[in-house]
Amino acid sequence: MKPSMSRRYFLSLAFSASAVLYGCSRSDELKDIHGIDMSGTDIGRDFLLTGTDGQQHRLADFKGKAVLVFFGFTQCPDVCPTALLRAAEVKKLLGKDGDQLQVLFITVDPERDTPEVLQAYVTAFDPSFMGLYGDLDQTAKTARDFKVFYAKIPTGSSYTMDHTAITYVYDRSGRLRLGLRHAQTAEEYAADIRQILALD
Amino acid sequence: MSATSKLSTWTLATASVLLVAASAHAQVTVDEPWVRATVAQQQATGAFMRLSSKADSALVQADSPAAQHVEIHEMAMENDVMKMRQIPRLALPAGQAVELKPGGYHIMLIDLKAQVHEGSHVPLTLTFESPDGKRETVNIEAPVRPLASGSPSGGRHHTH
Repeated sequence: MKPSMSRRYFLSLAFSASAVLYGCSRSDELKDIHGIDMSGTDIGRDFLLTGTDGQQHRLADFKGKAVLVFFGFTQCPDVCPTALLRAAEVKKLLGKDGDQLQVLFITVDPERDTPEVLQAYVTAFDPSFMGLYGDLDQTAKTARDFKVFYAKIPTGSSYTMDHTAITYVYDRSGRLRLGLRHAQTAEEYAADIRQILALD
Repeated sequence: MSATSKLSTWTLATASVLLVAASAHAQVTVDEPWVRATVAQQQATGAFMRLSSKADSALVQADSPAAQHVEIHEMAMENDVMKMRQIPRLALPAGQAVELKPGGYHIMLIDLKAQVHEGSHVPLTLTFESPDGKRETVNIEAPVRPLASGSPSGGRHHTH
């Protein structure tokens, strides 16, 4: 028992030491982040949607900036305004680097979220925020590509949308790096995004 | 705008009802109510407040002249998916404040009759039911806060 234990201990020690060395040698690595490291995933590679500026947009259009993507809908009384309010706070917390962050809000309810409502809604939080929409098929495809769940749920008189409330963060090269959870604070978001902005 | 003048008529009507309601000995008190402002053509918004009842009670209905439909909703996060559901009643245990706030319960105003402007007030009639089936209504005027207000940072902050 004892020898195998110490051997395992040694091996794990050697492994973590090499991991540390490997980590230090690369400036591309994220360290002690609050969110989920999504650097290795291949989800959310791209989208093709219409922006509230009337133009078609792909992810590549925002290259050079960190990009924050949130899926939601404007009839949402709670999570979506909270997420956008937090994004506006994060932008402020980043100080002079705030303009290096592009916030995108993709609607999962294009039937009710007309371009006018979407535009007025997102810019109420920050004038630089952009809403994006597609038709029902484009919306479904985008959500699939981002592994975002959404569903129309009837309520007494109308319907509401269940949807994934993860905020995705892309680095300046357009690579997905982080998933941030709804329970995390603006300070935690800003700390992680500072790391993303500092990447080569 | 006829919608605006209609809204102010409701406001006056509800204000007079408010005085009547205040004179009755209410079991339930409503603190810090507010409604989230909307942008033009937005059809729904949420109302938030703190409810406390001296005796066991439940919020069973909410009405407002500002919206076609008013529902009591519960928000829950399951595996990072936001789920919102209508609930038939919200229990108010005796002496225990129940918060309706972003990240939990709220009153949903659906099919708004007009845009809800920051700084205005939305009249709400809340119906409470005690365990013996007795009903009590409370009329309030909930001030409208900016669209960008609430509990950012996952509800760890409290905005007044």
